[in-house]
Amino acid sequence: MTRVTNASRRDTDDLPAVIERVVTLTVNGRPHTLRLDTRVTLLDALRDRLGLTGTKKGCDQGACGACTVHLDGRRVLACLTLAAQAEGRDVTTIEGVSGTDGHPHPVQQAFMEHDGFQCGFCTPGQIMSAMALMAEGRTGSDEEIREFMSGNLCRCGAYPNIVAAIREAAARGGHDARL
Amino acid sequence: MRAFDYVRATDTREAVRLLADDPEASCLAGGTTQLDLMKDGVLQPPRLIDITRLPLHGIERRDESLHVGALVTMEELAADTTVAERLPMVRESLLLGASVQLRNMATIGGNLLQRTRCRYFRDPTVPECNKRAPGSGCAAVQGAARMHAVLGASERCIALHASDLAVALVALDALVHIQGPTGSRTVPLTEFYLTADVSPERETVLEHAELITGVEIPLPPPAARSGYLKVRDRTSYEFALASAAVQLVLDDGTILEARVALGGVGTKPWRAHAAEHLLTGAPATTATFTEAAEATMQDAWTVPGTAFKVPLARRTLVRELQTVSGVTA
Repeated sequence: MTRVTNASRRDTDDLPAVIERVVTLTVNGRPHTLRLDTRVTLLDALRDRLGLTGTKKGCDQGACGACTVHLDGRRVLACLTLAAQAEGRDVTTIEGVSGTDGHPHPVQQAFMEHDGFQCGFCTPGQIMSAMALMAEGRTGSDEEIREFMSGNLCRCGAYPNIVAAIREAAARGGHDARL
Repeated sequence: MRAFDYVRATDTREAVRLLADDPEASCLAGGTTQLDLMKDGVLQPPRLIDITRLPLHGIERRDESLHVGALVTMEELAADTTVAERLPMVRESLLLGASVQLRNMATIGGNLLQRTRCRYFRDPTVPECNKRAPGSGCAAVQGAARMHAVLGASERCIALHASDLAVALVALDALVHIQGPTGSRTVPLTEFYLTADVSPERETVLEHAELITGVEIPLPPPAARSGYLKVRDRTSYEFALASAAVQLVLDDGTILEARVALGGVGTKPWRAHAAEHLLTGAPATTATFTEAAEATMQDAWTVPGTAFKVPLARRTLVRELQTVSGVTA
């Protein structure tokens, strides 16, 4: 399904400016078929093509965790995943975690109650990571929460409140978190 | 990023053929090194072969060895029951590396082939890098070296191999299973890596069209005790300044068998044969441990920024030998 624009790359010193591919992404349960430059990451496809700007672009090099999404129920970094690699897999973003009734997810609720953010930029990634953390069963202690949340950086330093929010969400039975 | 053709391989032979057909093509697995370096412009393959759908995802115990498919993720291997019960050193090395998100992406084959974190290698605007441009020199030797190597290092290159897992695996004499255009072969991990003082531009014995299909880990004897200690600038989610993988079999205060490897200090995951030789048959005492650590680090090649790693690595190894043996005297 790869379409090469311009001349074949083997005929020139330079590659064509754009090589496109049709990709079908299933995001929050809905399929989307897009024609994408092969270089487009899952993160850019979500934000720039599907308008799902809840997933944030922080470092864009796999260091900060702001772009954390779930792929087949596991937390991954959308900035280091090609959109084409996500084809045939279930992508869940922060837009897909609230209930059908519009109520926040219990983890979102706990973040609000504990003020688990300041500027809020890292928050969607923190919440996606925290939901996965609970499903992984890694909320046994504050130490464990900190260790297994270490891939999500918060420049505002809201860590104590983030840990408190996760501790409470887990205590409320957050293991049933929808993934 | 340079444009590239994306091809998804569906079986291993096809992937090898696609690689053999295109000398510039690269494989894409977890992508945590490959895409990162493509964004930086360090790697510019015209074609990426996505191998993540190949049937190399299994973990299987056969007698006293564990066969791990190349596409098993770091998190999957860490969660395996045989790893938890028989290979605690492997489990620790996995869980002390990267973050959960990265470990859900990164594969075992890709982990072994991860590229150095050297900031000069990763910045194509720096002209001197014998890895990127053989013969151009090494900017790190005169530069801000800290996260760099002191073993297998020279003025040609001091790029660190940053894997934790590979350190545990070289200590355990793991085997790498490889498939190429003309068949398959098996290489001991201790012979898989080349050092940067010999060939900065070539890091492993893997040929272009060869693919790692799996790793075979011999299970230690039940009496063995092991552990992995990682020393770093922050508690979590950071590369090692120095690390030690240690496995001992002890009998009444005497070391019957020792396996030792160091991370954070080598241009490859560093098996410490000299230390093992000194430890084997010796009494398990801090004096023995210190002697072994000194022997391991005596060939270190340092620049001002990396000199601290020699005593740090010595102490790291002594500490882990003490921890694993339970002997602090």
